[in-house]
Amino acid sequence: MKDCEKVLIKGNYAIAQAAVNAGCQCYFGYPITPQTEIGEYLSGKMQELGRGYVCAESELAAINMVMGAVSTGVKAMTSSSSCAVALMQEALSYAASDELPVVLVNVMRTGPGLGYIYPAQGDYNQAVYGGGNGDYKVIVLAPSTVQECIDLTYRAFYLAQKYRNPTILLADGLLGQMMEPASFGKYPYPEIDTSAWALSGAKGRDARAIYSCARDEKAQIQHIKDLFKKFEVIKENETSFEEINTEDADIILTAFGSMARNIKAAIKVLRKNGIKAGYFRPITLSPFPSQRINELAKQGKDFIVVEMNMGQMYKDVKYAINGQSDIALVNRPCGEWLSVEEIVDSVKKVMEKNYATSL
Amino acid sequence: MQQVFSIPKSFKEGFKFTFCPGCDHGIAMRLVAEVIDELGIRENIISSTAIGCSVFIYDFLNIDCVEAPHGRALASATGVKRAQPDKVVFTYSGDGDFASIGLAESMNVALRGESITSFMLNNTTYGMTGGQLGPTTTMGQKTTTSPMGRNREYYGYPIKMAEHMALCDGTAFSARVALDSVPHINQAKAAIKRAFEVQLEGLGFGFVEILSSCPTNWHMTPEQAHERIKTEMTEIFPLGIFKDVKNNN
Repeated sequence: MKDCEKVLIKGNYAIAQAAVNAGCQCYFGYPITPQTEIGEYLSGKMQELGRGYVCAESELAAINMVMGAVSTGVKAMTSSSSCAVALMQEALSYAASDELPVVLVNVMRTGPGLGYIYPAQGDYNQAVYGGGNGDYKVIVLAPSTVQECIDLTYRAFYLAQKYRNPTILLADGLLGQMMEPASFGKYPYPEIDTSAWALSGAKGRDARAIYSCARDEKAQIQHIKDLFKKFEVIKENETSFEEINTEDADIILTAFGSMARNIKAAIKVLRKNGIKAGYFRPITLSPFPSQRINELAKQGKDFIVVEMNMGQMYKDVKYAINGQSDIALVNRPCGEWLSVEEIVDSVKKVMEKNYATSL
Repeated sequence: MQQVFSIPKSFKEGFKFTFCPGCDHGIAMRLVAEVIDELGIRENIISSTAIGCSVFIYDFLNIDCVEAPHGRALASATGVKRAQPDKVVFTYSGDGDFASIGLAESMNVALRGESITSFMLNNTTYGMTGGQLGPTTTMGQKTTTSPMGRNREYYGYPIKMAEHMALCDGTAFSARVALDSVPHINQAKAAIKRAFEVQLEGLGFGFVEILSSCPTNWHMTPEQAHERIKTEMTEIFPLGIFKDVKNNN
């Protein structure tokens, strides 16, 4: 297969093969639907390539294996889904404080609790705000196509190492199970030199210790401030989004992940109906493209946030708009994706009611 | 004059133990450091550290360390070893970390036969938090969370880790040693060395359970604490080598 050749591939397999291409040296995972294909694929592939693979005893163990592996400077990842990613939150807090380049793929399913295997986008808060303790931030990338599953898996490995920060690829069951044409290309990023901090045995240098234990109060205050300063740099350099027809738009539909596919179609229908609709999709959920949303709101453009949860990204968009224009939520907590027709109807209703209520 | 004792090179220069007076962590860490020196592996070793009093190993040993959350040291060590199969990887945990919160990780490392080495200090209590009931607290033992003593009804029974580890097919070496006397300390050092050797020889998982004192939380003098190890603890937790693939095969 040539690098640029298009193949028909399922989202989960695309993520798995992209991890291989990115140079992921170790994969550790525990099965959970709807992402199990990632671990199944990598169990054979990693052994074929002589790389590391462990069928971990739990998600707790899996992400801690990733932490151990990446502490030695290699690329490593785990993948899981919603309720099991909840088990990994402690480790993400440690990894953020330890500045370990952990890569975690979350192919979301329905919650809360065990929920079920139909898709949802209910882990926006879990990913962006985190369930771990203390002040920390992770990078969160949200693909909306199988092609982007590949592109953003590459980017996740790169950003994790570049900034020494845990990075989440936040996909969903729809995307994980969907087949689309996509091409892998070559891993497009430069290799990051980890030798200045990675553990390799204290040969010819002082011993290194990577830990988050913070006995010195002043040093800890500085450490947390430094982590947040680092994230400001990430925000400056890495915030990304996709924008279509926003220039003349009166109303901008916003969604993340695979929900964005339907708003892309919905704006075409709305425009045919004489409504000047635009499209805005955050690709990095963390850092969130607040500044761009704020600029658009300043121009008087209203926002409708469409998502498969009870309004999690909605709050961030509202915060970014900062009262400069109107905002409404079009949502369903889980299950069947909001159709183009449903979105179009909802947008019309919101406009009729002059944003008086959220649907 | 002949020098009969020196600080192992694997200790950091000018280190100062921060353990309670009479604590056996100092002896255990010294033995580990001496063995690392003798095997000449200091520059090729990585430790995944545990939580509890044992966490401070990275303050004292002059080796590369990565911290793991509570109970996850053996998962972390698995990750290190799978990423760097040529490095020597070990963990140094208390019984709470290894045998309670981390029991799943410990058992699974042994079952997978990870080529790593683990030491577990058994002092029958959670030391750092002030002496609560742990997985190895003996029947009848009073702790801050078993004020009337450990009983079957409320707490069940202590775990015998060295025996459990020996039952796992991936374990190459499992022993229980004690730090209450010079002969026992010498045996402990030999076991620690063997637990590293099975890793170096690629035979599987090496494990040593080390009976050690916690005079502060036992409310005893160091002498009384060592007497408790000798009389009471070794009755419940018998010393010995429970598995050594070299001898068994």
